[in-house]
Amino acid sequence: MVIYGTALLAFCMLVGLVAGQLLGMLLGVGKNVGGVGIAMLLLIVLSDWLRRRDRLPTPTQQGVLFWSSIYIPIVVAMAASQNVVKAASGGWLALVAGVTTVLACLALVPVLSRLGTGGKDNSESQSGAKE
Amino acid sequence: MIVLSNWLPTLLGKHSLVVLLEKNSLITALFLVGAILLVSSLMSRKLTGGRIHPSAIAIFIGLALAYVGGITTGGAHGLADVSLLAGIGVLGGSMFRDLAIVATAFGVRLQEFTATGFSGIISLVLGIFVSFLIGGLVAYGFGYRDAESITTIGAGAATYIVGPVTGSALDVSSEVIALSVAAGLVKSILVMTLTPFVAKWIGLDNPRSALIFGGLMGTTSGVAAGLAATDAKLVPYGAMTATFYTGLGCLLGPSLIYMIVQSIV
Repeated sequence: MVIYGTALLAFCMLVGLVAGQLLGMLLGVGKNVGGVGIAMLLLIVLSDWLRRRDRLPTPTQQGVLFWSSIYIPIVVAMAASQNVVKAASGGWLALVAGVTTVLACLALVPVLSRLGTGGKDNSESQSGAKE
Repeated sequence: MIVLSNWLPTLLGKHSLVVLLEKNSLITALFLVGAILLVSSLMSRKLTGGRIHPSAIAIFIGLALAYVGGITTGGAHGLADVSLLAGIGVLGGSMFRDLAIVATAFGVRLQEFTATGFSGIISLVLGIFVSFLIGGLVAYGFGYRDAESITTIGAGAATYIVGPVTGSALDVSSEVIALSVAAGLVKSILVMTLTPFVAKWIGLDNPRSALIFGGLMGTTSGVAAGLAATDAKLVPYGAMTATFYTGLGCLLGPSLIYMIVQSIV
């Protein structure tokens, strides 16, 4: 049944959000720390486990896939509900701070990607050892 | 005929029609977003020959509409403050957004995440520190000299949530908090719109660089939209690290980073 997939997705998200909230409380931040990320990891692990046991028929998968395929429309709705006026009214300081930060971080992506390949030799041999 | 002339004005009369759409605002939003995507895919094909991704155009239209909505209503939620379109705020709110982000992880292999885990962590920490550093430097350049304001504006350069969280922890003025939110919003909007255009230059075409990108940028909305407009396959990787960023920023901002700034100023 399609709802099984959606319920699985909802379960992962709720567990992740609770875990993220607990982590946030543990660290003394009022915020949810990585709840969505934890939920994603949980969904990957659970769906992999179910697939290997042949417990993930097509209708169940569709219950998850619908939500991942509706992702871009949701992002468009998110963009349409941003406070764009406030961003534009922050003056030069906000603009300069935003622009320079984005440019610097964008420039760091290839640097870290390359470093990643250097450091990846280690992690690869480690995971290779595990396998 | 008499019957028709009786109910037609009531049905089409502005009042009842608006009420109907307001009552079903989420459905109205689904229709509107579908229409935006239709227009943007037509624009992508006809005007740019398919060179600019339809999602990038759709996100840009969304932002433009948010500006119009903000101007006309004076509210803080863009188009969602138009009562007829309140559903846009529900559809684009964190509840559905996070559900859809989690769903994108479906079918991703676990090894792809664990193999890049280390560079993901480095990118997160580096991303937070670089944002604080640059935001703080800009604040200094604009004449702010107290450690609290510099840290808060630096926090805003991380994300528009880290900014006010740090600012209220450090007890700065609401003006500085507003600036930090504005800086974070500028960052988020820039990441949404700029990413598809710079993707090729920065090698953003594989899961590892997407994971690093998410960690460096941190703004979940920016990363989510920017990667969607670049290559939807990369979304789960970038979103994964980005969702840790705000929490980590809120942790480091008012504590470690504030102490560092204090010792320098």
